[in-house]
Amino acid sequence: MSAATEAERVQISRRSWLDVLHEWVVTVDHKRLGIMYVVAGIAFLVVAGLEASLMRLQLALADNTVVSPEVFNRLFTMHGTTMVFLVGIPIVFGFGNYLVPLMIGARDLAFPRLNAFGFWVFLFGGLLLYLSYLAGDGLYGTGSAPAVGWFAYAPLTSRAFSPGNSTDFWNLAVLVTGFGTIATSVNLCATIVCLRGPGMHLGRMPMFVWTMFVVSALTLMILPPLSAAQAMLLLDRFLGAHFFDTQAGGSAVAWQHFFWFFGHPEVYVLILPGFGFVSEIIPVFSRKVLFGYPMLVAATVAIGFVGMSTWAHHMFAVGLGTALTSAFAASTMLVAIPTGVKIFNWLGTMYGGKIRFATPMLFCAAFLFQFLCAGLTGVMLGVAPFDWQLTDSYFVVAHFHFVLIGGLLFTIFAAVYYWFPKATGRMLSERLGRLHFWLFVIGFNLTFVTMHFLGVQGMPRRIYTYPADRGWETLNFITSLGVPLQILGVAVFALNLIWSLRRGRVAGDDPWDAWTLEWATTSPPPACNFDRLPVTTSRRPLWDLKHPGDPDGPHE
Amino acid sequence: MMPAALGLALVAATGAAGQAERVVTPSIFDPVATPAHDIRELAYLVLGICGVIFALVGGLAAYSMIRFRQRPGDEREPPQVYGSNQIELAWTVVPLLIVVVLFLATARYIYGLEGRAPAPGDLQVTIIGNQWWWEIRYPELGIVTANELHVPVSDPARPSPVFLTLQSVDVIHSFWLPQLAGKMDVIPGKTNRMWIDPQRPGLYVGQCAEYCGTQHAGMLLRVVVHSRDEFARWVSEQRAPARDDPATQAGRALFTSLACINCHTVRGTPANGVFGPDLTHLMSRSTIGAGVARNTPDTLRAWVNDPGSIKPGALMPAMRVSHQELEQLTAYLVTLR
Amino acid sequence: MSAVSAPGVLAAGEWRPSRGRVGMIGLIVAESSLFAVFVVAYLFYLGKSLTGPYPKDVLDLPVLTTICLLASSVTVAVALRVLARGRGRACGLWLLLTILLGLAFLAGTGVEWYHLIAQHGLTIRTNLFGTTFYSLVGFHAGHVTVGLVILGILCAFAFAGALRPEHHERAELASWYWHFVDAVWVVVFTVVYVVGR
Repeated sequence: MSAATEAERVQISRRSWLDVLHEWVVTVDHKRLGIMYVVAGIAFLVVAGLEASLMRLQLALADNTVVSPEVFNRLFTMHGTTMVFLVGIPIVFGFGNYLVPLMIGARDLAFPRLNAFGFWVFLFGGLLLYLSYLAGDGLYGTGSAPAVGWFAYAPLTSRAFSPGNSTDFWNLAVLVTGFGTIATSVNLCATIVCLRGPGMHLGRMPMFVWTMFVVSALTLMILPPLSAAQAMLLLDRFLGAHFFDTQAGGSAVAWQHFFWFFGHPEVYVLILPGFGFVSEIIPVFSRKVLFGYPMLVAATVAIGFVGMSTWAHHMFAVGLGTALTSAFAASTMLVAIPTGVKIFNWLGTMYGGKIRFATPMLFCAAFLFQFLCAGLTGVMLGVAPFDWQLTDSYFVVAHFHFVLIGGLLFTIFAAVYYWFPKATGRMLSERLGRLHFWLFVIGFNLTFVTMHFLGVQGMPRRIYTYPADRGWETLNFITSLGVPLQILGVAVFALNLIWSLRRGRVAGDDPWDAWTLEWATTSPPPACNFDRLPVTTSRRPLWDLKHPGDPDGPHE
Repeated sequence: MMPAALGLALVAATGAAGQAERVVTPSIFDPVATPAHDIRELAYLVLGICGVIFALVGGLAAYSMIRFRQRPGDEREPPQVYGSNQIELAWTVVPLLIVVVLFLATARYIYGLEGRAPAPGDLQVTIIGNQWWWEIRYPELGIVTANELHVPVSDPARPSPVFLTLQSVDVIHSFWLPQLAGKMDVIPGKTNRMWIDPQRPGLYVGQCAEYCGTQHAGMLLRVVVHSRDEFARWVSEQRAPARDDPATQAGRALFTSLACINCHTVRGTPANGVFGPDLTHLMSRSTIGAGVARNTPDTLRAWVNDPGSIKPGALMPAMRVSHQELEQLTAYLVTLR
Repeated sequence: MSAVSAPGVLAAGEWRPSRGRVGMIGLIVAESSLFAVFVVAYLFYLGKSLTGPYPKDVLDLPVLTTICLLASSVTVAVALRVLARGRGRACGLWLLLTILLGLAFLAGTGVEWYHLIAQHGLTIRTNLFGTTFYSLVGFHAGHVTVGLVILGILCAFAFAGALRPEHHERAELASWYWHFVDAVWVVVFTVVYVVGR
């Protein structure tokens, strides 16, 4: 076995880069596609982060002129679109790609070629979006990116207010990545339902697989409505249809309903896998079984369902009327319950454990506090009258960055540190990991805690500048101060990835002494995933192997 | 030229005296009208509940992380606890109860704030969102102005709310005065309503809160709350026709011969355009360009010459007039008090 | 605990559905939510057109084409049954009949659109009715076309003798898609021609 790997290594080193590239481009292996998803996602994360940094530079001082209003508006549009569609979704689905078959004991996804299609369509969509910087104005000018915001409210997106082709780039790029995501969701659903290994019945699936299952099923229901709305926008812009044309009786509010019917559950599509990461990592580093597994599964499914009925809380200020406002306030607050249950279950897991604060656990620990904060500000935003003040202000910006950065991105970092050894066979450096963690946690909180106060002081989002007499300058400056720390943190992270890939400590099959099936195979796993697969006898098959005297099964 | 220069100096002097106004940070926790006040009340309740939850849960998390960290040399696995129905039931039911309480409070405030209907005699104002300025109409008083809303103070004992009707001619905007009320979106094809009853005279600022294109940031709002007498005086000034100062005839003739009149109205002249702000009493406003610059003869001149130099992306084109014509136009405009 | 096996070897009593079926169900769920939005848009904009022509003036009940499409669901089911009995070529004939019925439906839609455009001047840019009508019905017709392509391939295989009973599941999945397209038409028919008139 080891001799074969050695021979393989020698062979690898002799192949030209073109061969390697060819191998990766034509691959249908879920592990390689998963890695490509995550790497592409991190690359787009860097781009979106630089866009955000430019915006913070502009806003650091009142009446600043680092960028023009047009450039600023493009920056926040590209930043938002990139973060949601080209960073969040591909990284989440990339981990799903890599881990789901390994965790359920399968050889690959149900439809490997469809999987490759999904990835390349996503990448094409991402490049298409950025092509707009060169070609956005069509024949009208030198070219520019879309400037309609990531939720592209009608009628700002109509030909009258968005001439040129920049908005079409946004529309088509997101539409195309959407097709890829739908394909991958179908794929993951089929994989989880059909390809579970022996003994892996639904009640024994790792929490991460459960979250990917719920997320994939949810995506099938919420993403097509966005595609439909975007098809309508295409018809409006190219064939002169009137879906969102307010001059012809079309409705500007209809777009908002269609968009947020996707847009809100989309937040759960992103954050639920984050919960999945945490539910895998906290038990291993607390040395305790996940507390209340059935309840966590139920909470995941509940969030998926309730999450589909809360979308209009993004629209409290459009004048929904008292009945609808109250109904959506109620459903929004209801989501807090299963979410709270999850936090309590993680605490229950840590309580009484022996917690090892390796880098993955550090990120999970910060996640717990930050996500608690995000959840509570979410409840505040669900209180409709309070939301009339807070919506579209910097408070909302702070809230959703606490969800998607303080929540999701922290869990993604945790997941990268946790599964990097499995994917590459080498450990990431703990020393650099700690540096990355502290830089990022301080930078993040400096930036985004401060933003809450700006919102409360009346600063609306998406403004390229603000007058000096508003009294917002100090807080804006502090907000911007957090940015260099975060940039540094990500730079350390990138350095760690590159350095450890070559020089990192050799990991072995199971460096964290973990319990799920992916740790039962080699690191990196062979193309077929498992030479020998343990029969799943409980939720922690490797615990059962390591503790034959005290298996999990009887306790479940 | 002489009379024009005199006019400029005059306006500059009065402007400086009349505009000794202070902008305060528009904090939602510094309310001056009932809607914002009620929202603050509810916000305190919500913040209190959330604060307690944060302290409890965060404290428990911190305690667990410190108390149960692994000690060096301790390699034994801790006891495995798989769950507990009682505990899990408890931490599902307790949040449910909190949510019920929160929802009841929320619903009470929603109905309290949205349920109010105008009584006969209440002041009605129509706000019309444009890219990137606000038209403000007082249909019963026959006043049309822009960007600066003037209302009388409301006595808490005998409240006299002002009812606002919100409409848009182009894209979605959002009307936000943090110290007076929450936001209400301004949507083309949909008429929204809200009300305010400011109880303290003064100047309050806000701005458009829904991204509406290039100059979304330059769509600022001012509300001047007057005592009843001051408001009556302001109304009578606004209802008066535009001044027609013989000293600035050249500028007036130029104004009505240029494209200005396609977009702007000056009551009593051929200028009756509706795409831009009504200029009949331009100089009664303390800012131009929807609040992006103070309204002084200098900024006005620069604006007429090239609005983009003050507000990049503004829809008004640069007028491309000669230096002399620019002086004449500015001299005319500053008489529109 | 010592039992070790390669992945995919399930113990007795364990059962997993086929990936093709689950995949097709996933696709149908996604397509359903896509159509749901177009249907909701149609209903939402009903009666909101600022100018004519209005549905009640120009729409006729497409009874014949509806019968064709519904009948095609029956014929495709028969084709599958015949295939299960091992008669590949007979299956091809039934598939051909299905395709002809589908083409008849498309032709009917074409004639309807021709009348609407040529006689009533209703295009997608005329008013909200035109916008929502052409997009919903056109989207469905697009799906019919895709279904016909799939059935066409199956049919060609059948006549080439390459469609055998072991391919029954694949053919069945194609028929699921076709049934779905029919079911959508029932909804479209109800919304556009019954409720909407």
